[in-house]
Amino acid sequence: MTSIFDSLQITFAGLNLDLMILLPAIALIGGTVIFLLMAVNALVAVYFERKVSAFMQDRLGPMEVGILGFKGGKRFWGGIGQTLADAIKLLVKEDILPNDADRVLMILAPFIIFTGAFLTFVGLPFSENLVISDFNIGVFYIVAMSSVGVIGIILAGWSSNNKWSLYGAMRAAAQIISYEIPIGLSLLLVVLVAGSLNFGDIVQWQADNRWFIFHSPFSFLAFFIFFISVVAETNRTPFDIPEAESELVAGWMTEYSGFRWALFFLSEYANMLIVSIVASTVFLGGWLSPLQMFNIFPESWHILDGPALGLFWVFFKAIILIFVMMWFRWTFPRLRVDQLMYLCWKVFIPFGLANLFLISLWELLF
Amino acid sequence: MDDQLLDKSVIETGEMVLNMGPQHPSTHGVLRLKIHTDGEIVSKIEPIIGYLHRCFEKHCEKLSYEQIVPFTDRCDYLASMHMDHAYSLSVEKLLDIELPERVEYIRVIISELQRIASHLVAVGTFGLDVGAITPFTWTIRDRERVLDLFEALCGARLLYNYIWPGGVSHDLPPKFLERTLEFLDYFDPQIDELNNLLTTNKIFIERTADVGVLPPEVGINYGVTGPSLRGSGVNFDLRKNEPYSIYSKFDFEVPLGEGLMGTLGDTWDRYYVRVLEMRESAKIIRQAIKQLPAGDVHAALPKKVRPNAGEVYGRYESARGDVGFYIISNGKNIPLRVKMRSPAFCNLSVLSEISEGWMISDVIAILGSLDIVLGEIDR
Repeated sequence: MTSIFDSLQITFAGLNLDLMILLPAIALIGGTVIFLLMAVNALVAVYFERKVSAFMQDRLGPMEVGILGFKGGKRFWGGIGQTLADAIKLLVKEDILPNDADRVLMILAPFIIFTGAFLTFVGLPFSENLVISDFNIGVFYIVAMSSVGVIGIILAGWSSNNKWSLYGAMRAAAQIISYEIPIGLSLLLVVLVAGSLNFGDIVQWQADNRWFIFHSPFSFLAFFIFFISVVAETNRTPFDIPEAESELVAGWMTEYSGFRWALFFLSEYANMLIVSIVASTVFLGGWLSPLQMFNIFPESWHILDGPALGLFWVFFKAIILIFVMMWFRWTFPRLRVDQLMYLCWKVFIPFGLANLFLISLWELLF
Repeated sequence: MDDQLLDKSVIETGEMVLNMGPQHPSTHGVLRLKIHTDGEIVSKIEPIIGYLHRCFEKHCEKLSYEQIVPFTDRCDYLASMHMDHAYSLSVEKLLDIELPERVEYIRVIISELQRIASHLVAVGTFGLDVGAITPFTWTIRDRERVLDLFEALCGARLLYNYIWPGGVSHDLPPKFLERTLEFLDYFDPQIDELNNLLTTNKIFIERTADVGVLPPEVGINYGVTGPSLRGSGVNFDLRKNEPYSIYSKFDFEVPLGEGLMGTLGDTWDRYYVRVLEMRESAKIIRQAIKQLPAGDVHAALPKKVRPNAGEVYGRYESARGDVGFYIISNGKNIPLRVKMRSPAFCNLSVLSEISEGWMISDVIAILGSLDIVLGEIDR
């Protein structure tokens, strides 16, 4: 598996540039790609979410704003320019910082959260050979980087000098740190079976055997533990306790507005995409087509695989998972803080540990 | 003092006072709650009211009896018809007049439709309080159809001024009864759908069952009435216990809390009583439409309301509980004094008693299950 970083380096090798110029240039290209992906993802996902919620709630959602006069159809594509207009509105909005806020931390916090999401993309595989930089510790890197954001959340809540923000930040800290453990435990199953922390190797293992979710009963369970935990990690309903609208006004985001708030929003939707792509890569075969689900068809049947189709399958699986997250959000009530902790520490972690033990036995026996 | 503040080794570990409202998404208006918290745990709540005080009772001393009706509308703005009805009943008791049958039937149909509309808001916003957004939009969608009926009836969607002392302002518009029956046929399956989505949801039950238990005797001592009291299993409904208007002619049940999902009188019970009451209201409307007599609705409408000197207390079962109007007349066309008993005020007073020791999230749920309307509390 080669990465974009490697291929760019090979492409520019003929120019005989100094490494001090070449490496930052390649990093800049990679960074721009990631930023564009995050921005487009947020635009599309917000529109998608508004439409999904609208149809679940028996209404139409945004219907008025179009792009360059194109308003979309009467029913589904109406209001296609809404999120673009929202984004422009957020960028030109008045910048408000409360008088008693800790200004430095308050300005810094959104960037820390954004950086966490941004850096995670570096190790995220979108298809075979389509990853910004291919680590041999990819899984570990992503788990590590996705927990950087919580520092930003705590800073945001503390620096706002608002009791609601403080509550939100404290809840977020407890929640996100707790839920990293079941996430790590369920990812360990894959690492244990595939014998590698590299995403390419993990998918190769699945191509040789079967999708990991169907590998054993324990991996099937691990997928659900993982998926529910990442919903909690991304602060989405029914685990949106840190920003619980009806309780904490807007939680740790209460005092933020305009561009800084847009960064939170961007990161939230980026995190949704990240966890969905990780789930689809690790458990659902990544860039393998559904024909390889159980690996029962001969090699000649693998016509649905390929570089471009691989990208399609990764996003197809990720979007289905994102849709499920939205489905959760628009049907479930919210859990309480202690119930959330109970679920993590008394259900997911014991089951995750037992899972890890049992799959080791399974691997020994079969 | 200063030394203590500067000394970093002294960390204050007292309670934190959290000021919830008057501008807060879940206080159902402009209620302010001063919550003393220890972390997430609530140790004391002081409700502070008066942000919507509009001098209703003082205004009444300067207005004629008919002119007061629009002011009663604005008390409980989610159940304006009930306020009109309650006030009109009291004035009619003072005037001692007999109403045509048709007026009584129309009033019952309208009041029960209003009860459905009001409970839909209560149930929907309660869902919103525990974090479920979709049930709210569904209930508001159904309430919209009731409001459409009211719009056809009197032109207004929220503040109707329809039920007057001595009658109603207009007779029913054409096709009103057909549309009402159509709505009821549509509405019954919607309740099942709501139950599937919210009432029997595991997370919802976890959040509401056993939370904020209101023991029957505490409820009675605080003067809690309406669905909030019936949720604790106390069979007290003025429509049955002191039947006014023509409620004694109808066959309906009074739903009571049974502690199905947890303890008797918990938040879930109070919620579910409202869901069941909507079905009973639909039952009453169907019976009333079947029996509706012909006649003139203006027969007993007095030109000038000028009761003899005296005083009267009229009680009425509104969507929130026992509404009372105490009216003193000195023989003029303007009342000497009007005092209103607000059910939501008494229901709110029990909040601090039943929510101590629970978490902030639970306080929101308990407040939502009491279904208060600030317009009526502050008057």
